[in-house]
Amino acid sequence: MNLRVIKGGVMDTVQDLGRNGYQYLGINPGGAMDQMSARVANILVGNSPDEAFIEMHFPASAFFFEQPALIAVTGADFKASVNGEEIPLRHPVLVSKYSILQFEGLVQGTRACLAIHGGINVPKWLNSYSTNVKAHIGGYNGRPLQRDDELPLRKQPDFEKLLGKNEFLALPWKADELRTEARADRILIIPGPEWDQLSEDSKRKFLQRSFTLTPQSDRMGYCLKGGALSLQNNQEMISAGVSFGTIQLLPNGQLIILMADHQTTGGYPRIAQVITAHHSRIAQLKPGEALRFHSCEQSVAEELLLKERSLVQQLQYACNFKLENLLHV
Amino acid sequence: MTTTVFPAYRIFPIGDTAISVDFGNIVDENINSQVLGLFEYLKKHPLAGMIEAVPAFSSITIHFDVARVRRAGPAGTTAFEILRNELKQLLKEGIPLQHPEKRIIEVPVCYDPSFGHDLATMSEVTGIGVEEIIQIHTSITYRVYMLGFLPGFCYMGEVDERIALPRKQHPQHVEAGSIGIAGKQTGIYPLSSPGGWNIIGKTNLSLFNPNANEMVFFKAGDEVKFISISRDEFTRN
Repeated sequence: MNLRVIKGGVMDTVQDLGRNGYQYLGINPGGAMDQMSARVANILVGNSPDEAFIEMHFPASAFFFEQPALIAVTGADFKASVNGEEIPLRHPVLVSKYSILQFEGLVQGTRACLAIHGGINVPKWLNSYSTNVKAHIGGYNGRPLQRDDELPLRKQPDFEKLLGKNEFLALPWKADELRTEARADRILIIPGPEWDQLSEDSKRKFLQRSFTLTPQSDRMGYCLKGGALSLQNNQEMISAGVSFGTIQLLPNGQLIILMADHQTTGGYPRIAQVITAHHSRIAQLKPGEALRFHSCEQSVAEELLLKERSLVQQLQYACNFKLENLLHV
Repeated sequence: MTTTVFPAYRIFPIGDTAISVDFGNIVDENINSQVLGLFEYLKKHPLAGMIEAVPAFSSITIHFDVARVRRAGPAGTTAFEILRNELKQLLKEGIPLQHPEKRIIEVPVCYDPSFGHDLATMSEVTGIGVEEIIQIHTSITYRVYMLGFLPGFCYMGEVDERIALPRKQHPQHVEAGSIGIAGKQTGIYPLSSPGGWNIIGKTNLSLFNPNANEMVFFKAGDEVKFISISRDEFTRN
């Protein structure tokens, strides 16, 4: 049984938490932009957090379910509806056979995650479901979803009985405390290896001024506009390691934040790094929004990340427990 | 046992999930060999919590899982500190000397202006004739220092000063197989992509085959020689 795409979106792809272990060959990790929302969506439907899901931008695809399914939508709020009736976000929702899921308006955020119980049955490439659009591989045929695509779903438990005559049924638990929001006013960073090469004036500007996300921003990177920054001496840098969240200084004095589809290495000064616990905040930003950076200690960044992971883990235990009770009673 | 003695290095975080060991902002064959030796060693003996290691020209970056690193180290210590100490210890003790097999790979290139879109401009800027640019480019055996940018894209060096033109100001569409020059580096685009390197020719070699066993044609450490072929030979292949 399939999930059929009945209307294409602008840039909807199958993703998971990324493809690790192949950066030495130039193959980037990719994966979800908002990793927290991806984890939460999968957990709500009883999947492992690294199961395949669909990452959507607005306007998003519309889907037709050829079988009943348990779904969850997290991340951005695109006014998700089933057969015309709005469904709650961050809730497990049962949808009946022949239902249509669509997204009717952009309320807040940039990227929504749609997870389905059992995941999406597409082949893995190098241990990951993530779509590498540039290399045309991974995910669904190595490309964004289009109208008439048929995404194979795995066999679902007998949801018919639970649904009864309902077209959909929101299950009575949710994950609102793990809601990710676009928050630009306070993005925590730790200084990067080339931080000390910035002029004193530029260091001040970086931490005091605000920077605006330009329309050139995408899954590869965010281009920021703001007062130009400069180095103490302009020294050519050879390519070296980068990661999701690396803030590089371009030769024209502007900044770029590397996002999920970033290159494996880079040759521009790495002046700072957005802490991992704040990746979801920036993943939900829109062009035109202004960011402010605040410096924090390495230990704070690690603690925030561990705290986030432990909340996700608790949610996973709770959801699995509730779901098992529901399905096996 | 003979061990590698590492040169002076800097060690620093790349955010909260990666750590880099950097042997200086230089392109040097010996240092690069040591980086690759360290990479091979870490592949066989991964540090606790390590996700992957990524070698570059003169540095190596190790991506890690904070929780797993922390579980393996003393309480109250950050994952970064735990890994920094382990890496320092490893670099102090040295690692067994590696003797990687040397591969010399010949790459047929058609330097026809229909592929080498930037040859004419390069000739104008440098005052060197197109034929001589080709002669200079094919006269050197290059080393693959690292892979990055695109799947299978190799950074090779070092290009003769006379034809070492900087990247173009505005990236343009570059076709798969195109050979480019950026400063003292030369490389081949495995996929069609926007790119800023000066394009001088094209090869028929397929550098990235996602479904093959050997997905990527080149390995860091390989030596590469470019062989000039005619347009006829190029189309026949």
